[in-house]
Amino acid sequence: MPFKRYVEIGRVALVNYGKEYGRLVVIVDVIDQNRALIDAPDMVRTQINFKRLSLTDIKIDINRVPKKKALVQAMKEADVQGKWERSSWGRKLIVQKKRALLNDFDRFKLMLARIKRGGLIRQELSKLRKEEAST
Amino acid sequence: MAPKNSKVTRNPNLIPGIGKYSRSQMYHKKGLWAIKAKNGGQFPHHEKKAKPETTSEKPPKFYPADDVKKPLVNKRKPKPTKLRTSITPGTVLIILTGRFKGKRVVFLKQLPSGLLLITGPFKINGVPLRRVNQSYVIATSTKVDISGVDVNKLDDKYFGKKAEKKKKKGEGEFFEAEKEDKNVLPQEKKDDQKLVDASLIQSIEAVPDLKAYLAARFSLKSGMKPHELVF
Repeated sequence: MPFKRYVEIGRVALVNYGKEYGRLVVIVDVIDQNRALIDAPDMVRTQINFKRLSLTDIKIDINRVPKKKALVQAMKEADVQGKWERSSWGRKLIVQKKRALLNDFDRFKLMLARIKRGGLIRQELSKLRKEEAST
Repeated sequence: MAPKNSKVTRNPNLIPGIGKYSRSQMYHKKGLWAIKAKNGGQFPHHEKKAKPETTSEKPPKFYPADDVKKPLVNKRKPKPTKLRTSITPGTVLIILTGRFKGKRVVFLKQLPSGLLLITGPFKINGVPLRRVNQSYVIATSTKVDISGVDVNKLDDKYFGKKAEKKKKKGEGEFFEAEKEDKNVLPQEKKDDQKLVDASLIQSIEAVPDLKAYLAARFSLKSGMKPHELVF
C-alpha cells in the first residue's frame, strides 16, 4: 500500500503529456507543490507539472540542479537508457513504436509469421497431449 | 553580345506615375537634341506607307432577328492530374472501389488522361491491365521492380470503348447477335497482358512473401485505425 516511487532529485520520469511527450527526463529540482525542474541530455532544462510526469523505478545519484555535463555523466554511469530499455515498461513502449511504423506489407508478413508460430505451438501441444493420453 | 541582366530605365519612378526627371530633362537625356541636329534642325520624318486598296465590304444580306450573345473565347487546356508523390512506377496500390476493391495491385504509369495504369498481375490476383483513378487508391510504400516492363503502346485509346456497330433490325437475330459481340476479349489484349506480366512476375517472385501479399485482399480489422496506419 505505501508508495514505492518518490519524487526526489534524481528520479527518472516519463513525460506523458505535452510537447515533450514520451521523453525520459530526470527530476533535477522541485519548484513547489505542483512543479518540478526537469532535465535530459538532449533538451533545455524546463519546469513541468507533476501531473505531466509518470515516475519510473529508476533513480540516479545527483546533486540538486547539477551542471549539464555532470547530469549526462551520471546518467551514463547509472546506465539509465539501458535499464529503461530492459525494463518491461520500456520494452512495451519500444514494441508499440515499432508497431506504429509497420508498413502494410510488414503487417502482412507479421500475420503470416503469427499463423506459423501458432501452428508450431499447436503441433507441440498436440504432441504433448498424445504423450499424456498414451501414458 | 552578353545579355543585359537588368533593364535600366532612364527615368526611374519616384512614385508609380511620377518620374524623377522632367520632360525637358528627359529630352536632353534621350539625346533628342542630337537626333535633331543630325537631321538639320528637325525630327526625321518618314512618309507613311500607302495602304493597299481594299474592296469595300458589302453589308450582309441577312441579320438574325435577335441579338445572340457569343460565348467568350476559352483557350484553357486541361492539364493531366497531378500524381501524388507517393505513387511512382512500381508502387503497390490498394484499390478501394469497384469489383476489385481491396486488391493490392502494381502501378505501371500515368496515362495522358490522368488515370493510373495498373495490372494485378493477372495471374496473381485476377486484376487485368486496367485504368483506375488516383482518388480511389491508397498508395503503399512497397515498391516492385518494374524495369523490365514495356508499357509504351498502352494508352487511353487502348482502353476506350469500341464504337458500336449498327445493329440490323432483324427480330430473330437481334438477341443472339448482341450476346456474341460482348463476351469475347480479343486475343491481342490477352497477349499484351501476358507480355506485361511476364517480367513483373519474375521481379515479384524475387521478394519473399510478395506474391502472397498481392494475392490477398486488404481489409480493416478490429483495432486498425486508418488515420494512424502507415501504408
